[in-house]
Amino acid sequence: MQLLELRGKTQRADTAFRWISVGAAAVVLVVLALVAITMTQRSLPVLDKMGLDFFTSSRWVEAEGSYGALSFIFGTLYTAVIAIAIAVPISFGVALFITQVAPPWLKRPMVYVIDLLAVVPSVVFGLWGVLVLSQHFGLGRSFLTAGVILAIMITPIITSLAREVIETTPTADKEGALALGCTRWEMIQATVWPHSKGGLVGAVMLGLGRAMGETIAVALVIGSVSQITANPFAAGNSMPAVIANEWGEADDLHKSALIALAVTLFVITILVNLVATAIVQRSMKRSRGS
Amino acid sequence: MTDPAEAVSLVGPPDLRARRSSRATTSMIMTGLMVAAVVAILIPLIAVMYSVIARGAGVALESFPDFFTKDIPALSRRAGPGMGPAILGTLLVTGAATLIAVPLGVLGAVYLHEYGGHHKFARTVRFMAMVMTGVPSIVMGLFIYIMWTMRFGYSAFGGALALACLMLPVVIGSTEQMLRLVPTQLREASYALGATKARTIVTVVLPAALPGIVSGALLAVARAAGETAPLLFAVGAAKAFNPHLFSEANTALSVQIFSSDLAFPAAESRAWGAALTLVLLTFLLTFVARVFTSRFALKR
Repeated sequence: MQLLELRGKTQRADTAFRWISVGAAAVVLVVLALVAITMTQRSLPVLDKMGLDFFTSSRWVEAEGSYGALSFIFGTLYTAVIAIAIAVPISFGVALFITQVAPPWLKRPMVYVIDLLAVVPSVVFGLWGVLVLSQHFGLGRSFLTAGVILAIMITPIITSLAREVIETTPTADKEGALALGCTRWEMIQATVWPHSKGGLVGAVMLGLGRAMGETIAVALVIGSVSQITANPFAAGNSMPAVIANEWGEADDLHKSALIALAVTLFVITILVNLVATAIVQRSMKRSRGS
Repeated sequence: MTDPAEAVSLVGPPDLRARRSSRATTSMIMTGLMVAAVVAILIPLIAVMYSVIARGAGVALESFPDFFTKDIPALSRRAGPGMGPAILGTLLVTGAATLIAVPLGVLGAVYLHEYGGHHKFARTVRFMAMVMTGVPSIVMGLFIYIMWTMRFGYSAFGGALALACLMLPVVIGSTEQMLRLVPTQLREASYALGATKARTIVTVVLPAALPGIVSGALLAVARAAGETAPLLFAVGAAKAFNPHLFSEANTALSVQIFSSDLAFPAAESRAWGAALTLVLLTFLLTFVARVFTSRFALKR
């Protein structure tokens, strides 16, 4: 009798634990749903007023109640593209060095050092960017300065993803290439590249997503000027930087416009991340299948 | 095997008929470029660390330990130490965020790996957690502003909620990876002794994965401690000590760096001091995480 009772109790505890864990997992869904709903709701006032002009005009004047975000969208994409252009060759070079060239004893310390770069807070990069990079290297506050800072911040991320992808290249392929008389670079061309292509593209896109969402460092170095120009030495602005810089003094419509910027940013980064993940997973599946 | 046709489409096959010496030269040049990339990644790390130490150590260590305990001067132009409230704020906000995100994240990962598996709900949660990892921190900050700050005002707790939202998917991801490393035999042995599933998870699986879970959580904390954007909206930028978690504007090291008035040399040097403190804090957390990881690697 007592045994039966005990069993009932433990069984109840077992079920309770299960449901608690389900609840904890569900928090993710609840938070994401709330983010999407509340943010969209709050951005409606400005979208009602501006309509599509919000995305196609670059006239952002609080006094007139005119909010066109085009120049900020441009700034976000432009700085992210500069960052990618700088970060990708360096990341791939470092990843190839670690996986193909470095002697075994050097690999681990190098990975540690690069991880260290990844945990330096973005505001510290921003401070360094505004007081050292922009002043002593003559870059000023500009798209380029923001792009360089972003490149420094996303290089460790792309490097570590690229390293993981490249490491899955089958040793047999590489040894086969070397046995045929390939030099090291030819071996990389013939085996590592084709094998890792998909994963590397995914890694770059994850870096791109990170670069577009970065706020603080960019807010400090980009110069806060609303303009669309291809000149990388010109000052500009980006969506997250505008939000951080203008939130404090914003009235209701202005706040709604800043939230609409955040929603736009949210949608763009999620799209980029989804595409990136899809590419990475497809290439992982393919390389596992072979 | 990789598809040879693809190699052609991307870069062309290596032409093995070319002269050996020129091919070797190309390979050497490319290797040289890889080394150059390594140098290029080290330069900013060294340059940033040099600036932070050279400009921050002076103010941080001058009349030690005043910098870590004194108030932030109310006037930016006034010289003198003080980042005490910001240090307290960072610890308070990050600590509270950890207390929220780590238990939730570990339990969520337990569901995903131990119960959910390939169930549809589990797959959805896993996917959404991945999506959540990509949400820019400033978006999370605005979200918490709308949900919490607009109702209850600035407080350290609002910032903790924002950081917890950012940490949660990271903790779930790293914990699930660690649970995957726990051998199935351990679970089976526990079942064979008559333990229930919950008991097995709590007394066998989680302890086995603990060092890895701690390491993953610490890395998430290190990242969160340096966050600025979400705190701007939820925590405020007070200059006096505020030990209360739920009331009144608070501050944090990152917020102080961002909002210092760099026109004043005194404020600038305090910002460098705060940067040095913040970098040391995040490096320390990363280092402790490494220690846990290496211990786990020994066990495996």
